[in-house]
Amino acid sequence: MKQTEILVVGGGPAGLCAASAAAELGADVLILERDSKPGGQLVKQTHKFFGSKKQYAGDRGIQIGDFLLEQVESNPKVEVWPDATCLGIYEDGVVTAEKDDKHIKIKPERIIIATGAAEKALMFPNNDLPGIYGAGAVQTLMNVAGVVPGKRVLMVGAGNIGLIVSYQLLQAGVEVAAVIEAAPHIGGYLVHASKIRRAGVPILTSHTVKEAYGNDTLEGAIICRLDEKWQPIPGTEQDIKADVMCLAVGLSPLTELCWQAGCKMKYIAELSGHVPVRNEYLETTRPGLYVAGDVSGVEEASSAMVEGRLAGISAALSLGYGKDKAPQLQAEALAELKELRSGPTGEKIMNGIMKLLGKEGAAC
Amino acid sequence: MRIVEHPILDFQRGEKVTFYFDGQPVEGYTEETIAAALHAAGIRVLGHSPELHRPRGLFCAIGNCSSCLMVVNGEPNVRVCVEKVQPGMKVETQKGKGCLR
Repeated sequence: MKQTEILVVGGGPAGLCAASAAAELGADVLILERDSKPGGQLVKQTHKFFGSKKQYAGDRGIQIGDFLLEQVESNPKVEVWPDATCLGIYEDGVVTAEKDDKHIKIKPERIIIATGAAEKALMFPNNDLPGIYGAGAVQTLMNVAGVVPGKRVLMVGAGNIGLIVSYQLLQAGVEVAAVIEAAPHIGGYLVHASKIRRAGVPILTSHTVKEAYGNDTLEGAIICRLDEKWQPIPGTEQDIKADVMCLAVGLSPLTELCWQAGCKMKYIAELSGHVPVRNEYLETTRPGLYVAGDVSGVEEASSAMVEGRLAGISAALSLGYGKDKAPQLQAEALAELKELRSGPTGEKIMNGIMKLLGKEGAAC
Repeated sequence: MRIVEHPILDFQRGEKVTFYFDGQPVEGYTEETIAAALHAAGIRVLGHSPELHRPRGLFCAIGNCSSCLMVVNGEPNVRVCVEKVQPGMKVETQKGKGCLR
């Protein structure tokens, strides 16, 4: 059985930062990453990040991913296992994983779950046709494999992901027929929206997909307008020819391991679904099991990195590492999270976290 | 279709090899996934659903959703969105749930 002090499940922004922070305080860390290259969704993000320098603002996601990976790989306290999928967490604290077609048992003293999130689908007739993808899948095809998904794309969702992926499609030489958004407003940053509008792509708010059509693969979709009660308005249907539809309609936390480990879970709409109940330092109701990043509530990669750091410090401190400096580092991470969550989107996240901590209505 | 020139990215695709899709030779690269190589060749129907036999394609591309299950070298239910191309590999459209050998 493999022994380690801290096991991190998931090598995305949260997991890599958790591993670095814990190892810097002196703990031995093992990272399990199911993909062949750690970095999570950063490996496909070609856009530059916003925010402050501490969360790598101004750098592209791919560069941040490489930097975080170098940081853990250069630390002898961290072991990284790519192509390793965590399978289960048992009552006696044993964790099982699949790696190189072998079933492996691991006995960690602390666990940090940083499994991220999965893309949501959207309900409409023929939504299972090949050619209809999650927006992240199109990013993976385009920016990791360098393969375009098709010729003409209908983008569904004008949040940041929908807007950014539309721009990346244009960069890759693919036509974007339109971006449609069910809400009456564009959800993402206007700087992203302006870029694609300048390129001539219409953004249609209060619009949704009525149905998709195609023989074997997608050929087009009927879209329609929605009234203020989000009901389709008859007679407003438009036929959009497209061989690709990209769904950028949000993410759900990937919480299977949390459920299976027996963490107490709670449905919090502001955090995008069921999330594990945890304290301020990200420890769940199962002692010694921490969470960080999108699995504890869908947000941006910047907050995932800081949450990862906070979970890593907290897990290391609970093992007796860094007693002198860890409390200060925890306070710094909490202050950074507060700052990241200070905007209008952050307010929603803060409300969700307050509900999760059972402090509804409390000032934060 | 593969992207040849990109304003930001430079693709490291690995070695060019041939594999087989339902018996037909397809060109792929050793650093790309089977799904990416099939897409580059214009193949987007990867299988059919077990009950209603509706066409199935790639959806999540990160090994989450199981929409892209195919038979690879005789082994069914392989997620081709995360399985890399190997020379001579036999990739087949999966019908139904697949049988373990």
